[in-house]
Amino acid sequence: MAGDLLQFLFAGITVGAIYALIALGFSLVYSASHVINFAQGEFVMLGGMGTVFAAAAGLPLPIAALAALVLAVLAAMGLERLAIHPARDAGLTGLVIVTIGASILIRGLAGIVFDRNFHTLPALSGDAPLLVAGATLHPQALWILAATLLVALALWLFFARSLTGKAMLAAAVDPLAAELAGIDPRRVVLWTFALAGGLGALAGFLVTPLAQTHFQIGVLLGLKGFAAAIVGGLGSAPGAMAGGLVIGLVEQLTAGYLSSAYKDAVAFVVIVLVLLLRPSGLFGTRAIERV
Amino acid sequence: MLLRVEGLATHYGRIRALEGVSLTVGAGELVTIVGANGAGKTTLLRTISGLRPVTAGRIRFDDRDITHRPAAERVRLGIAQVPEGRRVWGPMSVEDNLLLGGWTRPRGELATSLGEIYALFPRLAERRRQPAGSLSGGEQQMLAIGRALMAKPRLLLLDEPSMGLAPRLVETIFATIADLRQRGTTILLVEQNAFAALSLADRGYVLESGRVVLEGPAAELLADRRVQAAYLGL
Ligand SMILES: Nc1ncnc2c1ncn2[C@@H]1O[C@H](COP(=O)(O)OP(=O)(O)OP(=O)(O)O)[C@@H](O)[C@H]1O
Ligand SMILES: [Mg+2]
Repeated sequence: MAGDLLQFLFAGITVGAIYALIALGFSLVYSASHVINFAQGEFVMLGGMGTVFAAAAGLPLPIAALAALVLAVLAAMGLERLAIHPARDAGLTGLVIVTIGASILIRGLAGIVFDRNFHTLPALSGDAPLLVAGATLHPQALWILAATLLVALALWLFFARSLTGKAMLAAAVDPLAAELAGIDPRRVVLWTFALAGGLGALAGFLVTPLAQTHFQIGVLLGLKGFAAAIVGGLGSAPGAMAGGLVIGLVEQLTAGYLSSAYKDAVAFVVIVLVLLLRPSGLFGTRAIERV
Repeated sequence: MLLRVEGLATHYGRIRALEGVSLTVGAGELVTIVGANGAGKTTLLRTISGLRPVTAGRIRFDDRDITHRPAAERVRLGIAQVPEGRRVWGPMSVEDNLLLGGWTRPRGELATSLGEIYALFPRLAERRRQPAGSLSGGEQQMLAIGRALMAKPRLLLLDEPSMGLAPRLVETIFATIADLRQRGTTILLVEQNAFAALSLADRGYVLESGRVVLEGPAAELLADRRVQAAYLGL
């Protein structure tokens, strides 16, 4: 029984780390632009499918992953420039609709340009499970955890230590004051989208060996990441990390002890509970505007 | 003239906020704009800084047409603004606020400038690690001024720096402005506190409903019957 619990915890932390990466994309974009970007999941899909097809075209895996990353980053920047920025006066609800429209478009294009089958990628260190205290751990899970921790550290260093990171925070806190200091809030928003695209692609690349990828994989993964961002408090990066873990753990424990049929419902139950009980999330300081 | 505004108009949608505004600020001058609530003072400064688009007229800075230049470029050319309501970045430290004020400058020069600001405002040095939002209103105004000075401006725009401050602090702020001017900073000061502003300034403009209705040497405006009646409560 203890072995079961450990098994579920391992699984929960692993998917939780993936959700955390996706949630970071939601949160960074929200704090920079007050846009809830429901196309975030599509960047995850592009990271997975892009790597699969670039590798199939003959590129070595690391280069293929890099190509997919660039694709997702360009998609994110294109979304900001071509759709979000022109519609910036549409209000929160209007912008949400724009991002949903963009996600449908990206998914549709992926279904045509790639294909509609499931694909996987080789795990980075093979598939031989590691035995830890009676539970098994996939070596890919260690890659996922290490990459997520590294990303968290890099983001923290960037925003807490570099002047460029601080300028991006300043533009999020008060764009008018930032503009008066010569910081261009438009560029900050654009680069934040780029960052969110990269984070999504990384998540998609890392999770594919464990969960497979598909042109529609971004819908569910995006919603899980959104749930994680809400739980942590939209706009808070530490909150996104914690929220990812919470969603991952609750989901895997539910699947383990109740039924995996409820697994995907968990995220939505958690969203509703958080919005009812603590609308600002675990780490957030303010409630998000009503949609 | 360092700044020359000619026939400026600015709109919010279809509402006209400024109409035919012309003014000049010479190097080393302290010029003030006084006017009631909603006269268009903030709009004017925001238009000069490039945050509001110009619908008619021109803005020249240092004999260069900047009418349609982006805000960041105007900061680089030497126009810095202390916005109405201070607008420091509350969650960020005092020092980060100041450093970001120097965003357009070479990184290597920031440490020196930071030292100069701390010498000017020792209170800020004491609180350098605190979040800007935890400072008192007067300290936040010092910080907002220090942040603008970090850009090494050739023209400093000040939007109601005394707003919302206790009388003793208002005095401190005006003393600071007098001090900056003494050091040769060119200043365009917007104030509702017309008496204090005109007492300090070389020249003044009176703005009403988006138009300049009076202008002249500050001493003359202080002595003007209409100004006294409308803005000085005399
Ligand atoms: N964002 C906005 N949208 C629409 N109208 C605006 C906006 N900002 C200002 N106005 C209008 O433009 C006019 C000038 O406003 P402005 O803020 O420039 O005045 P002000 O002289 O700075 O006033 P105050 O002394 O209250 O700061 C006012 O009629 C105001 O209602
Ligand atoms: Mg004003």
